[in-house]
Amino acid sequence: MKRVQFGHSPVPYFFIAPQILIIAIFFLWPAAQAVYQSFLLEDAFGLSSQFVGFRNFADVLASGAWLQSAIFTAVFSFLVAFFSIAISLFLAVRADEVIRGAKSYKTLLMWGYAVAPPVAGLLGNMLFNPLMGDLYKLFNSFGFEFNHIQNAGDAAFVVTLIAVWKQVSVNFIFFLSGLQGIPKAVTEAATLDCKSAERRFWTITFPLLAPTTFFLMVINLTYAFFETFGIIDVSTKGSPGGSTATLVYKVYVDGFLGADMGSSSAQSVLLMIMVSVLTVFQFRFIERKVHY
Amino acid sequence: MYQSKWRTITNHLILIIGSLFMILPVWIALVSSTHTREYLFQHGLQFWFGGHFIENYGAILFDPDATKGRVTALEMLFNSMVLGLGFAIGKVIISMMAAYAIVYFRFRLAVPLFWVIFSTLLLPLEVRIVPSYEVVAELGLLNTYTGLILPLIASATGTFFFRQFYRSVPDELLEAARLDGAGPLRFFLDILVPLSVTMIAAIFIIMFVVGWNQYLWPLLMTTDDQLYTIVIGIKQVYNSLYEGGQIPQFPKAFALTIMATIPPVLVVVIFQRMFVKGLVETEK
Repeated sequence: MKRVQFGHSPVPYFFIAPQILIIAIFFLWPAAQAVYQSFLLEDAFGLSSQFVGFRNFADVLASGAWLQSAIFTAVFSFLVAFFSIAISLFLAVRADEVIRGAKSYKTLLMWGYAVAPPVAGLLGNMLFNPLMGDLYKLFNSFGFEFNHIQNAGDAAFVVTLIAVWKQVSVNFIFFLSGLQGIPKAVTEAATLDCKSAERRFWTITFPLLAPTTFFLMVINLTYAFFETFGIIDVSTKGSPGGSTATLVYKVYVDGFLGADMGSSSAQSVLLMIMVSVLTVFQFRFIERKVHY
Repeated sequence: MYQSKWRTITNHLILIIGSLFMILPVWIALVSSTHTREYLFQHGLQFWFGGHFIENYGAILFDPDATKGRVTALEMLFNSMVLGLGFAIGKVIISMMAAYAIVYFRFRLAVPLFWVIFSTLLLPLEVRIVPSYEVVAELGLLNTYTGLILPLIASATGTFFFRQFYRSVPDELLEAARLDGAGPLRFFLDILVPLSVTMIAAIFIIMFVVGWNQYLWPLLMTTDDQLYTIVIGIKQVYNSLYEGGQIPQFPKAFALTIMATIPPVLVVVIFQRMFVKGLVETEK
């Protein structure tokens, strides 16, 4: 906080009121409703509901479908984070080294940030279209018997590829700015001591980028959890058999399409808990990052 | 810095491959959108332009039938613009004000209110979509711009950014302003806001892109075609692709995709420097 501040007066309430009002109506109220509904069981017509304690949670946790979705979400998030970080780090290191055309490369690699997830989903969907998709044909011409409409593994591959493609540019921006923050004196000294660019990368550059990498891991996991909704909804729609539905997608499917409010709310609450843990973890880390 | 010739060549090769990886899908969509659907069906996706650019884009922009609804792509673009601008403007104003109260004032509820704002960072809209929908429905805000934009503004990312920025503003400014007799409102409008102009611009650009690209929330709460954004239009066209046993309307789907992509991409490319600065500084 500031050393110098305005004294007590009603003025600050006037400034903070709009934000608090919006949060109260569109955040606190729905969040409370989600918690409340997660303890209720509605009848088939949604006319009456009764308090059932933790039954919705027990049902959700015991159901194979939720567990399947949780496992898919975990594996999917890990793969998306790993590959999009690895690819963009690789590209950023090279983009940081080139002199001629550096600006053009930078633009060419970062505009993808502005692409909406469902747009990415539709592009991927078209490229893997069995009628005319180039990638579909390419994979099958190598004799893979690639079929993402029936084969769960192939469908997961398609969703992961699209999600990685969409995320590379964001990571690239952060890595490039991280690389530019490394003092030139350090890289030059390293060049004198060690000829191998690869070794210099692993012993000097990579450790110096560790805070950025860790930060991006959190960002990418959050992305894979939430923002991939649009990608999934326009590419596989969770098929075949719910094998590519993330937890967020399942909340939507059960709550809106299946109209099972109790179960959907219980899933929401479980998600809230998981995300809160992730965010607190992130903030702890950022506090610590100051000491690097 | 010394660099071997070989390293320079591989650097360029790798960057060219990376750029192609990013651009090819959109390129294919762009050029394929200028062919007829029969041609695409027979020959597959294309790598170069065809001759039906005006025909396809004209249909999608002005003819409601082409987008399978009662709304043209032009109207959808307008809705997206309203969402993007409304979201960005609302978020910048509200978070600047809230951050000002938190940083520059001593007041009784400061700490609890700060934690209320902080808590929104924990729970993105996606985890509470069903109850949020019900609340908006109860308030009678379904299918309105207000109901579309306000719930999205509830998260506090912008507030934290401005809080960070205000804290870096030297204390002497406030002391000097108070000596000159400036009150809280005066100080905010005449000193703090002008100081934050570059920050405001950066946040505005990011928020515009984020708003434009919103998908889940508009999908839930706009049941009326008249309020469809262009990103939602993509889903509509996608859903009707295989309807009626006809040859799928791939060119029009591509045309819509391209039109949904161009405005935010242009904004990011044109204001690249500001955008990168904003992104890197806010998210840290």
